[in-house]
Amino acid sequence: MAEADQPPKAAASVAPEEIKAVPVRRPGRLIAGVLIVIVAAALIRSVATNPRFGWGTVGEYLFSPVVLDGLVKTIELTVISMVVGILIGVVLAVMRLSPNPIVVAASGFYIWLFRGTPVLVQLLFWNFIAALYPVVALGIPFGPALIEFNANNLITPFVAALLGLGLNEGAYMSEIVRAGLLSVDEGQEEAAKALGMRRMQTMRRIILPQAMRVIIPPTGNETIGMLKTTSLVSVLAYTELLYAVQLIYAANYKQIPLLIVASIWYLVLTTILSIAQYFIERHYGRGTARAVPPTLLMRIWQSFSTWRHTTPPAIEQRHGL
Amino acid sequence: MVKAEAVHKRFGRNEVLNGITLEVAAGEVMCLLGPSGSGKSTFLRCINHLEKINSGRIWIDGNLVGYRQRGDRLHELRERDVAGEREQIGMVFQRFNLFGHMTAEQNIIEAPIRVAGTKRDVARTEAKALMDRVGLGDRLDAYPAQLSGGQQQRVAIARALAMKPKLMLFDEPTSALDPELVGEVLDVMRSLAADGMTMVVVTHETGFAKEVADTVVFIDDGVVVESGDPTAVFENPRHKRTQAFLSKVL
Repeated sequence: MAEADQPPKAAASVAPEEIKAVPVRRPGRLIAGVLIVIVAAALIRSVATNPRFGWGTVGEYLFSPVVLDGLVKTIELTVISMVVGILIGVVLAVMRLSPNPIVVAASGFYIWLFRGTPVLVQLLFWNFIAALYPVVALGIPFGPALIEFNANNLITPFVAALLGLGLNEGAYMSEIVRAGLLSVDEGQEEAAKALGMRRMQTMRRIILPQAMRVIIPPTGNETIGMLKTTSLVSVLAYTELLYAVQLIYAANYKQIPLLIVASIWYLVLTTILSIAQYFIERHYGRGTARAVPPTLLMRIWQSFSTWRHTTPPAIEQRHGL
Repeated sequence: MVKAEAVHKRFGRNEVLNGITLEVAAGEVMCLLGPSGSGKSTFLRCINHLEKINSGRIWIDGNLVGYRQRGDRLHELRERDVAGEREQIGMVFQRFNLFGHMTAEQNIIEAPIRVAGTKRDVARTEAKALMDRVGLGDRLDAYPAQLSGGQQQRVAIARALAMKPKLMLFDEPTSALDPELVGEVLDVMRSLAADGMTMVVVTHETGFAKEVADTVVFIDDGVVVESGDPTAVFENPRHKRTQAFLSKVL
């Protein structure tokens, strides 16, 4: 016995034997697992057997032209509003770090105003802007107008929605971008300066690309948030996804199945966005030693594959290595 | 090549440089020594206008750094002109400051292409030659995070050389390195000095200073305490503060 307990000689020429120990019993895990499975089964049974869910109606309307048209409009609103928001956010963030105090104050005022009021109020405000400025004119400030538009024709519900969502998003994005810019080591800027690069070149080529690593994850969140916030535009009678299903159930009174239709599409879109975010993060993570962690779905897939004793998919590639 | 006259620099109320006057000739290697906080790194950063000086003058090849003199008034240079002055001065930092999102090659060709307007294929050929020169010809595609500290610093030297500077500033280039990696960086610097590059080096490597420097300058409390030939300064320091410092580091 005493001999067996002794540590092995340092230069053992034989490969050490793999440890095969009896695992610790974990009753807590087992109980939790069983409970969750029971609750899940009850939920699934109720969802499947309650006729008022109207799964038939869900299937009937899931791909109906009105719903698909609303879906396309929701995607349009999300994409354009996010682009507007990101552009405004970058400009505001760079302004916030400017040496000119008036520029800094202007950026601060914008953020204060647009972050400080509800986006629903802003949407309604833009919708009714014609009451405030019936005519929009392009011209020389304090001088003659060159072109005039009737605000009622110019600000359609779509334009009001883009203004409301995009300008509001800009205020949030600016804080995200600013945090990203501040996360880049000062030495990077100094090195670029010492090489003779200008401030804007340094920003575009050196600082922003490295800030992206910090900017992307919250921007993914914002995009998913934006996708859902577009449903507020239904109050402007613009037929995005939610308003489209509202129009349908206003006629056939099948509210629940149609809200399920809308929810399914929102879930599909947010899932796609999460996957896209993973790949964008990986792209901007190049050059860093740390790998982007696999997504939840990939982790589940991986644990199933190892459980089946097959080779797990190679998802922990260290990008750039 | 570099002429500094009564250079003063304050950070708030903290006087960092109290009138530094010195001159670096073309092809000269000057090592700045001194205790930490003595102002030697700050002075180095003033030479390429990374720090604005509060009084005094610095000239490079007869041109005032950061300003233009008209009559007896100084005018600040525009950003473009400051950048133009910096193009001719290479700088190597203590913490390398390689661009983390770019490969070694991209780090080297960035400024030649964007600032000097070099054609991409020309810049790439030169990058390869520079990487060969610092002994990393096979690591062009490596990202900084994949290189050791010594390798990163050698890429940083190659990056600075890519702008074909007439003057190289080194700010404690080996202080952030593991001891066994210091040698490879010093080797590169030694070969640069042998090729006649004008260099101003802030360093704690007294061995390197003794061997390579034409002039050693000892700075303490923001003033030049003593300067001269390395053997003279190291063997026979005249000033007490120099003696005290050297007795600790030698």
